[in-house]
Amino acid sequence: MTVIRMDGLRKDFTVRVRAGRLRRTKRTVAAVDGIDLRIERGEMVGYIGPNGAGKSTTLKMLTGVLTPSAGTVSVCGLTPVPQRTRLALRIGVVFGQRSQLWWDLPLRESFSLLRHIYRVPAQEHAARLRRCVGLLDLDGFLDTPVRQLSLGQRMRGDLTAALLHGPEVLFLDEPTIGLDVVSKQAVRSFLAELGATGDVTLVLTTHDLADIERLCRRLVVIDHGRVVHDGTIEALHTRYGSRRRLVVDLDAPLPSGFTVDGATLVSLEADGHRASFDLLSDEAGPVVARLAALSSLRDLSLVEPDIEDVVARLYAS
Amino acid sequence: MDRLDARVPQISPRRPFRDTAATFGALAWSGFRRYLTYRQATIAGSFTNTVFGFLRCYVLLAVAAGAVGGRPGGYDAAQLTTFVWVGQGLLSVVALWGWTELADRIRSGDVTADLLRPVHPVISYLAPDLGRALHALLFRFVPPLVAGFVFFDPYVPGRPFTVPLFAVSVLLAVIGSMGVRFLVNATAYWLHDARGPIVLWTLAAGLLAGLYFPLRFLPDWLAVTLWVATPFPGFLQTPLDVLVERDSTPVQAGLVGLQACWAVVLLALCALVQRRAERRLVAQGG
Repeated sequence: MTVIRMDGLRKDFTVRVRAGRLRRTKRTVAAVDGIDLRIERGEMVGYIGPNGAGKSTTLKMLTGVLTPSAGTVSVCGLTPVPQRTRLALRIGVVFGQRSQLWWDLPLRESFSLLRHIYRVPAQEHAARLRRCVGLLDLDGFLDTPVRQLSLGQRMRGDLTAALLHGPEVLFLDEPTIGLDVVSKQAVRSFLAELGATGDVTLVLTTHDLADIERLCRRLVVIDHGRVVHDGTIEALHTRYGSRRRLVVDLDAPLPSGFTVDGATLVSLEADGHRASFDLLSDEAGPVVARLAALSSLRDLSLVEPDIEDVVARLYAS
Repeated sequence: MDRLDARVPQISPRRPFRDTAATFGALAWSGFRRYLTYRQATIAGSFTNTVFGFLRCYVLLAVAAGAVGGRPGGYDAAQLTTFVWVGQGLLSVVALWGWTELADRIRSGDVTADLLRPVHPVISYLAPDLGRALHALLFRFVPPLVAGFVFFDPYVPGRPFTVPLFAVSVLLAVIGSMGVRFLVNATAYWLHDARGPIVLWTLAAGLLAGLYFPLRFLPDWLAVTLWVATPFPGFLQTPLDVLVERDSTPVQAGLVGLQACWAVVLLALCALVQRRAERRLVAQGG
């Protein structure tokens, strides 16, 4: 079942540019430039792009905060802007750089207030809160005012706040921004568990590609407001010719310009005793066998292609 | 419950009013609770209002003593005393000054979070503001009132309907004041920085609401024009005139009726401005 549908979605902003001492001219900038996308129920989609690509703008149109300049959008069968209040009951949103919580109130009271705002029956609220408290380890700071929480604690609080009404779709805009390693892992594990249920559709924008690798099967890359890739991470690697890398330590040194079938020599180090090869196929075995026939192997390792390299190449292109 | 289920919240169609009232009540409580956390600010504010109460009271009593017949604007000395001290208490209840929360949230882009809740933005500011007003009524209204009773000889209303009418008038004053504050703050949607309109509002509110001097000191034509054409007298002058029984009961009721009309107009304007603002909203900062 299609939960999110975008057809020719577009958002223009007007920018005033100084064109003289007093004169200013208007310029229209397309932040989102005709996006067509379908997201099915239960999917976990990574929505990435360089700064200013239009990720947050898309999310704001999907949640009904911004009015599209053109095109149509539907989330859970509702049109976000005119039906924003109804839609709000069915979606959860976390903007990493903003908080949904009440600055002056303890976390527990913010959650209680949200129960009334979303009109969640007390028992359901208590059960979901218990579950989130356990998974996100909120116990130690439930009674602390939000203004006194660390960024990691606040983010875990915001995630809980977005889930207490049992949303069908969860929009996460950079949920791990600024978090330390432990907090990032806690948030990722929590989201992975949430996604595994298959009940919640998750759209995640982030600059931390480890989030995507850990959580999302599908990756949508946008740049200058347009979709430049929509598919799996593997498809992205295939498209940009990413190769697995074989690093071998040999007893006998290899000469520069050495060639072997099935791989391309990338670098030689330690006077030719350490060599790195890009594998031309998925199978490393034959290449290893050929190298072993030349010289005994001291050590070898296989390095998976780095998604950050691929995405950097994609952004640069 | 072993997993985080994703069911749509069930809202009973049989009790929509009760659910709406519960949401409104919870939001109002949040406003009350938020202000409860700032105890030192509450004490400092009450002290300041009380000190300025003495200044204003002596000035107005001097005016009364020098006026022909001792009744400037139709008030006697006791009525003016009540006018000043209850006014000093009401000042924080109707929150004439200092509220820039919406403008700040628009400027920072945090207003996005307000739009993601299943409550109309005007309601989501009105309800907490009523909670804030209740907090001010309990903790900021009482100290100046006590000072007035201890050190002066204030007027005590005698008509049976005066106090209930005063209560309604204060409620309408809070709603009206919130409406104008919301509108002034909402200019930030267009200007990105609402400091100019907020300064104008601060200057106008004190003068036109009857804080610096009772509006009855003005010529009749001007006072009537202000009352009918602007909402300002409804924020302070009307509740105080009702309480000191400056006019007959029908006029008292008429003034409160005018306040009610302005409250409705202002809330409708807030909803309209909010709708227009959302169409052109540019959420700042990603």
